[in-house]
Amino acid sequence: MMHPSFARLSLKAAFVLTNLMLAPRFGLAADTAPLDGKALFARHCAACHAAGPGHPGTSSLAIKYKDTDQPALLEARKDLNPAIVRVFVRYGVGAMPFFRKTEISDAEVEAIGRYLQKQH
Amino acid sequence: MLPPGVATKDFNAALAAFRQAVGNDWVFTSDEDVALYRDAYSPNWGEPDERLAAAAVAPASTEEVQAVMRAAHRYRIPIYPVSTGKNLGYGGSAPNLRGSVVLDLKRMNRVLQVDDRRHFAIVEPGVSYFDLYQYIQDHQLKVWIDVPGPGWGSPIGNSLDHGLGDTWGIYRNHFSSHCGMEVVLADGTLIRTGMGALPGADTWAEYPYGFGPTLDGLFAQGNFGVVTKMGFWLMPEPESYLSGSIHVPRRAQVADLIDLVGLLENQGIGGEPQYSSALHEEQQRPEFQALTANGRFPSDVELDAFAASCGKPYWTVKLQFYGPSEVVAAQWQAARRLARSRIPDATFADGDAFRLPLSKEDRQKVDLVAFGIPSLAQFALTARSPWNPAGSDGHLFFTPIIPKTGEAILKYQHVMWDELGKLGLPRQVGPFTPPNTWFYRAHACILVFLISRSDVEGNRKLRGAFKHLIQVAAAHGWGEYRTPPMFQDAVRAAYSFNDHALLRVTESLKDAIDPNGILAAGRYGIWPRSMRGKK
Repeated sequence: MMHPSFARLSLKAAFVLTNLMLAPRFGLAADTAPLDGKALFARHCAACHAAGPGHPGTSSLAIKYKDTDQPALLEARKDLNPAIVRVFVRYGVGAMPFFRKTEISDAEVEAIGRYLQKQH
Repeated sequence: MLPPGVATKDFNAALAAFRQAVGNDWVFTSDEDVALYRDAYSPNWGEPDERLAAAAVAPASTEEVQAVMRAAHRYRIPIYPVSTGKNLGYGGSAPNLRGSVVLDLKRMNRVLQVDDRRHFAIVEPGVSYFDLYQYIQDHQLKVWIDVPGPGWGSPIGNSLDHGLGDTWGIYRNHFSSHCGMEVVLADGTLIRTGMGALPGADTWAEYPYGFGPTLDGLFAQGNFGVVTKMGFWLMPEPESYLSGSIHVPRRAQVADLIDLVGLLENQGIGGEPQYSSALHEEQQRPEFQALTANGRFPSDVELDAFAASCGKPYWTVKLQFYGPSEVVAAQWQAARRLARSRIPDATFADGDAFRLPLSKEDRQKVDLVAFGIPSLAQFALTARSPWNPAGSDGHLFFTPIIPKTGEAILKYQHVMWDELGKLGLPRQVGPFTPPNTWFYRAHACILVFLISRSDVEGNRKLRGAFKHLIQVAAAHGWGEYRTPPMFQDAVRAAYSFNDHALLRVTESLKDAIDPNGILAAGRYGIWPRSMRGKK
């Protein structure tokens, strides 16, 4: 049975993904250097989602996906892209809280999403 | 949503002034953006009384904070400051007063100074423990920070909420180890405390008092100002770390252990002591289940016999020493000698010995927070885990301060065992629950409750139980040191000596310093005059 938080997230995800597809896409400001998605992942995500002990995001996903082929490490995933990453960053899931735009800007979320997309 | 008692015209004028102060991009009013200021771990998520913001404004400098506060003061807009906004389990970035504008200080993220000759740092509120640690590493400075469990927290925000850590003595008590503040008052006035009040002084983060009364305490767990800079004393990077454990066979001997540790700690010998009972993992044994049938708390004699039957000591304290290698070895030797003389049947086990800084391999073996290294490992408590395979949506801590004695922890076990049973909640406190030792001059004993956003009835029951436990604890003289906004009035009411005289004088100060009552109304139970008695 799906955990209630995941059922709720799925509904939100569908709504947000639809809006993302309809919304005009804003690129980075012309005077802004390209953001380093790998460095941003290390700064904002790795404390929970890196490999090894002491990373609750990774250990949590290892339990979630224990009977599947899905890897627990986000950097090993084949199905992530900026739109999906944005949903998780802005809505959170389970123990992972959502992040404000003062913490991670939209452009930074996009760069993290592109970095994770490039892993496949 | 409009702030309470504020007309649309005034709110719009204030928002325009905020935009003028910080730029259009940093005033958030859309539902989508403002929702990011909800308390992600709220125990009343989605309910009518959930504490929500009306808007948020994010200044990047002290001058911008002053401009925002002047506008808020003029239009009487309730303002709720947050630093990194990650006080999860204690309200997150959501305000005490529904409809407040959150003053989000995350963009004020400069490490202003780290001095590894005089061992201090001065930072802004948006700096996280991760940021400060990285700055120290990048600049190869020979100092440690003391970190709380969540590394994304702010040294300023955490210390202002009386947060705590896990290394040595005074450094673990983050407010005790602060030194000097810069504060913007409700009307935009800028002050500096301690030596910061003396123009040209280079001792702001060295000597805390300056001259005359110290006001710093007003800005912690309160609502008297917005702290925009703060100094912290730091520990020099120690040369080595050594740990060792002392075991005792009987339940009542926890008192001897605690007295011994106090003797050591109050002479500066050793960092955070960690108490535990190896019997905790034996509770599923049939003989223990029989001893506790029908909610009975076993006698000391029965529990000592159970420990003996398991072949395990009843209590263990792990001592941790930081410093030059000769010194830590001598400290552990002295601790064993003193323990032997006071507790003849104590036994000992050597622990870890590391040269510092830790190697990459050693970092994999240790609890990083004991080495001043920020982490988020604590969130394993709430995320999916073998003991919580579905995971949770948040957590809530109940943490009363109790005396630093064995008698107190044993009494606490009995009281909480009974109350949790009466409330129909799992008995997470029992005969093997140790005290928590973050504060070097007092003990705490934490209860952890997990939150499910979708379990409205469970959350309602939990909120009621939490308020009951506040009263039960208070009846024994145990007071919470920190609590989320929804329980702050209840805890405040328990600190009632002389018919709440402390609250009354605090309210008088509030009326004088923030006459329009715009700053963090209700924070830690301090309400402005206009709302007093209505909450």
